[in-house]
Amino acid sequence: MDLSDLYQEIILDHNKHPRNAHDMSDATHSAEGYNPLCGDEIKVYLKLEGDRVVDISFKGEGCAISKASASLMTERLKGKTLAELGKESAFVLDLLSAEEEPELDLGEVGDLAALSGVRQFPARIKCATLAWHAVDAALAGEDKISTE
Amino acid sequence: MSWDIDSIRRDFPVLSQTVRGKPLVYFDSAASAQKPRQVVEAVDAYYTTYYANIHRGVHELSMRATDAYEAARKRIAKAIHAADPREVIFVRGATEAINLVASSWGRGHLSKGDEILISMMEHHANIVSWQLIAEQTGAVVKAIPMGEEGVLDMDAFDRLLSDRTKILAIGHISNALGTVHPVRAMVDKAHARGIPVLVDGAQAVPHMPINVQELGCDFYVFSGHKVFGPTGVGVLYGRGEVLESMPPYQGGGEMIRSVSIEKTTFRDIPERFEAGTPHIAGAIGLAASFDYLEGLGWDNIHAWEASLLAYATERMEEIPSVRIMGPKDNKASVISFVMEDVHPHDIATVLDAEGIAIRGGHHCAQPLMRALGVSSTARVSLAPYNTKEEVDTLIKTLQKIHTMFAE
Ligand SMILES: Cc1ncc(COP(=O)(O)O)c(C=O)c1O
Repeated sequence: MDLSDLYQEIILDHNKHPRNAHDMSDATHSAEGYNPLCGDEIKVYLKLEGDRVVDISFKGEGCAISKASASLMTERLKGKTLAELGKESAFVLDLLSAEEEPELDLGEVGDLAALSGVRQFPARIKCATLAWHAVDAALAGEDKISTE
Repeated sequence: MSWDIDSIRRDFPVLSQTVRGKPLVYFDSAASAQKPRQVVEAVDAYYTTYYANIHRGVHELSMRATDAYEAARKRIAKAIHAADPREVIFVRGATEAINLVASSWGRGHLSKGDEILISMMEHHANIVSWQLIAEQTGAVVKAIPMGEEGVLDMDAFDRLLSDRTKILAIGHISNALGTVHPVRAMVDKAHARGIPVLVDGAQAVPHMPINVQELGCDFYVFSGHKVFGPTGVGVLYGRGEVLESMPPYQGGGEMIRSVSIEKTTFRDIPERFEAGTPHIAGAIGLAASFDYLEGLGWDNIHAWEASLLAYATERMEEIPSVRIMGPKDNKASVISFVMEDVHPHDIATVLDAEGIAIRGGHHCAQPLMRALGVSSTARVSLAPYNTKEEVDTLIKTLQKIHTMFAE
């Protein structure tokens, strides 16, 4: 277990300078993710045109892991179709918590690979999955999810 | 002062291990305190030499177990200066004690429009229990706000006490910030209006000798595990005449005088409130923890904790991004803090990698967190077994966190 696996440079950078960290007045979908363990809340916003995510953002309080994961997520999902989004989301949840660590094709995974260090810190996995679960909830038409 | 820290640390076997390859530094005693050998041995002796149920058998072991359980009640009554051991009820912990009072006392005394007065700074146990009974009875829960950061607004308290106020339920020491509330003065003001008072002493009992008669409160509650005793046991102290007037909380064995299908008559206190087989080992262990603490001496404990607190506070203030929350004076050895640009969970994770256990979170005090304008804090709590060297380790790691997240 090594701290530098968790707090990789990319994570620290996204924590300090989160991308797409704002609310969205013309969002078509949004949901709040709540982690009752720490009281953190992250709200995600999506704007869909047809089945494409033309804009995505998040806003809220959170630790470095939940903020960086949300920030990385918005970069990753912007411009994707819903089908692609579903695959990305399933991949990240696997990356974080599947029993077998999935093989990483770094060319394909890109910056998301930085999240793989979270696996070694079970207490922090829910922080990393929070925004991704919130996106799933938003698309399912729910306005709130909780990690419990 | 006679204080042999090495020998005290040897009393707590758990402390002598490494965690993540580093010597364990346990700064989370406010969440739950470690157990001295003496407590573990008392529990062990019960399980290995005279284990039996209590109050039921005429056989030797049952009588010995009953004697030990009742001796524990007496021991604890003496420790908190209750007038009568029957005023000490064994429960699961502070949470169950508050629920017991809210439910049993509340059912008989609360009706629509009545007010239950708590504060913004309570642990959820002293909020939610009252909300539940309020919902059933039509009473409402009011809360004393904060004035200065981490300190209750006493003018607002005066204004909130009214003819509608039926009970005051207030913490003795804030678990999130360490603030010592002026409980004695608050009890006097409430009593002047005939309002009974419950004091949640979960965070006070580990730090100071308690005298329930001097405080004058009607109920005083605490948990064993925070006083270096076992989990699953705690105490509800209630003034005899108040407890006598209350109906049972739970029904079952032990608490009845006679049962028929038509009607049951109940025993007197304390048994009336101890339905079922209690946590016998827990009560015995808890009595042993008061022996232990009084053996160390309250004055010595206070002096040690106060010097650790002053030292840790001073060193933490050297770190520019650290902000300590709450009052400077009149507090227990608890330091709640935030760091600029670093979330408390990240602080706790990095400290954990260095073997240092602290709590990062809302400390089951979300209304207080909101009032402070944060969602969580990091909390270092200091106990008799902690040392200045451990504080130095903490400071070194906080400095590392400061640089790590500033870049
Ligand atoms: C002030 C206060 N009250 C009540 C409680 C609840 O104690 P328990 O969970 O042991 O019942 C705690 C524990 O965190 C506390 O600090």
